[in-house]
Amino acid sequence: MFLANGAGGGLFGLAPLIILFPVVGLFTNILFGRRRGERFVGLVASLAVALSFGVAVTQLIALLGQPEGARVIVADWIAIGSLSVPWAIQVDSLSVTMMLMVSGVSTLIHIYATGYMHADVRLQGDPARYTRFFVYFNLFVAAMMVLVTGDSFLTLFVGWEGVGLCSYLLIGFWYEKGAGGIGNAVAGKKAFITNRIGDFGFLVAMFLAYWAFGSLQFEEVFQRAEEMGPAGAGVLTAITLFLLLGATGKSAQIPLYVWLPDAMAGPTPVSALIHAATMVTAGIYMIARNHVLFGLAPASANVVALVGAATALWAASIAVGQYDIKKVLAYSTISQLGFMIAAAGLGAYVAAMFHLVTHAFFKALLFLSAGSVIQGVERGHHHAADHAPPSAGHAGEALDPNDMRQMGGLRNRMPKTFVVYVVGALALAGIPPLAGFFSKDEILAEAAHLQPAVYILLTSAAFLTAFYIGRQIWMVFFGEPRSEAAAHAQESPAVMTIPLMALALLAFFGGALNLPRVHSLGRWLAHTLGEVEAGEFRLEVAALSTALALLGIGLAWILYARRPLARGADDPLRRVLGPLFAGMERKWGVDEAYNFLFIQRYVDLSRWLGDVIEARFWHDWFHDSVLGRGYGAATRWLSEGFDLPVIDGAANGLASLTRAAADRLRIVQTGYVRTYALSLLIGVVAVLGYLLLR
Amino acid sequence: MSIPTEYVLALSAVLFSLGVIGVLVRRNALVVFMSVELMLNSANLAFIAFARAYQSLSGQVFVFFTITVAAAEVAVGLALIVAIFRSKHSIDVDQMSSLKG
Repeated sequence: MFLANGAGGGLFGLAPLIILFPVVGLFTNILFGRRRGERFVGLVASLAVALSFGVAVTQLIALLGQPEGARVIVADWIAIGSLSVPWAIQVDSLSVTMMLMVSGVSTLIHIYATGYMHADVRLQGDPARYTRFFVYFNLFVAAMMVLVTGDSFLTLFVGWEGVGLCSYLLIGFWYEKGAGGIGNAVAGKKAFITNRIGDFGFLVAMFLAYWAFGSLQFEEVFQRAEEMGPAGAGVLTAITLFLLLGATGKSAQIPLYVWLPDAMAGPTPVSALIHAATMVTAGIYMIARNHVLFGLAPASANVVALVGAATALWAASIAVGQYDIKKVLAYSTISQLGFMIAAAGLGAYVAAMFHLVTHAFFKALLFLSAGSVIQGVERGHHHAADHAPPSAGHAGEALDPNDMRQMGGLRNRMPKTFVVYVVGALALAGIPPLAGFFSKDEILAEAAHLQPAVYILLTSAAFLTAFYIGRQIWMVFFGEPRSEAAAHAQESPAVMTIPLMALALLAFFGGALNLPRVHSLGRWLAHTLGEVEAGEFRLEVAALSTALALLGIGLAWILYARRPLARGADDPLRRVLGPLFAGMERKWGVDEAYNFLFIQRYVDLSRWLGDVIEARFWHDWFHDSVLGRGYGAATRWLSEGFDLPVIDGAANGLASLTRAAADRLRIVQTGYVRTYALSLLIGVVAVLGYLLLR
Repeated sequence: MSIPTEYVLALSAVLFSLGVIGVLVRRNALVVFMSVELMLNSANLAFIAFARAYQSLSGQVFVFFTITVAAAEVAVGLALIVAIFRSKHSIDVDQMSSLKG
């Protein structure tokens, strides 16, 4: 549109830079970061990501001129026999959407993190770790870019594992902190291992795809899958189900969602960037990327939709019963990811991607604001501790800065954070005209149209969403401060609030990307995802979901605002829901159930394997009895039965034979000259006699 | 007059046998040594006898060689006997049996 057709070719060549900039940034920080100080580190890291965003914009411009996109081959990567996987960058409307979203949100979060981590490293007591944080952060962006630009299963998998690694490193960033001094490390490990299960699914899907279609390149696989027709239905169903398993790991869906709430152990910018906005959406991106395969396997697509919808409702119900400000948002993220997965399963890829983008805006906003709240409360805690008279007992009161029960009344202390938080919350709840309303409504409209069961699940989840986010707003920002720390909370510096405002604007106006009837995002993505019929805007669906959202917020107001929570008081919802609330509070016991069903069984199995198989059977019996004793017996027989009599016997026999012969022969050697002379004589006589008489 | 060759050869054989017996039965090294000389000279005698019988000079030339070698042998042999006597104070060949097996 802006450029003549084909003129984008030159710009497409810039695509590899989108990965290169963060890599350069991270190496710069590794080499010079510690010496040059925090300012330098933050600047380099943010600049690297901002440049990445710039590259993404160039790709957008290039793509506007040449909408079918391009493949930019960076290097020959793997060529073994018939398997050839070059490292190529796929520039099309889907990947560019992800590039823009990832690099844009990353830039804002990087800027925010320069301020947040400045305070965090001091609160946690290790300022030297500042550099490390940004190195990991840039590494994450690079890996995420590899993921979204990959043109084959294998390149995607490299990024997939790369972001998993960064997630692990950043969840355990304060690895010596947390419950029992290992809590954060355990959370990182849990995330990593749970993701491994998903990765197993992804790997199997990849192997199956190669086995069935002989290629790992998306385009070739899709083409051959389409050519195969009904004959490939079985293998396609298997591939897509294994891909779904991969997505449930990375995008935290039932049954593998349990790692995401624990991942909140990481610093808050990590939660915002990795565990809300970008990495966890990789599963949705992957399903959208493989939309051809899911289109050919309708049974799997149905499963995808149901898994997503069930997760959306399940996680939303858990979010209602949480007190940790970040845990609420974590379960909310799982729930919203469920919306996207459900949409993808329904074939509404545009709606899924739309919600993915708007969710990145408002959930990053919510997480970052929550980080601002947490640090505000911590600052208040230190302030209160410093200024308390020695006689007052509260100076040493235990503070969990994440606990909403110890907050309250923060709207006066932190007005900027309050405003942006409310914007994020309304967007999440789906109140028009904020971004969340349009994207969520598009999903709901599609679901109402295609799958009533999914629609009912998602609508219930939407209602709960409005309720828990309302509960959170009122618990955190309204009422009276429920701790000294909250009473003395302080607003965060501008370096943190300005990115928040930028995100708030995006969360407010993000819906403009794909307004009903205009469908700009839909037409844009159609270049990659194929012509999807534009989901029509349905007034009754929109009205119902908005009404439910308002009802949820209203209920939250009745419970938490009319009579604000008192210090140390119990959650009023417990009175209303009784044991149901206890279930929500305890996350429906899923962790315990997994622990009992799988982990404990696994521990039992490994203990059994260790004690019985390894120690008793293998070590005691096989090695000691069979091998050890058998070998001992064999060697004893060989030494006593063979070596001594045969080998030694031969040598000794030869020696004694020689000795005996010598004993006989020595008689001849008398030493008397005449004996020799006589024998000489006899010899001569014998020879002569022979000569004469023959 | 000429003595028949057979006679001379018979004498030579007798002398040789005497030498052999001397070597075999005597214990005195000097006597053994002289018996060896006797055997050598019996051989010389046989050479001379054949040389005369066949009218050929080679037999006599051989004898000269033999005498020369015998002279050398006497020199070495006597030196050995003197050395043995010096170390053993005896020239009894039976006492020189340290090579006994």
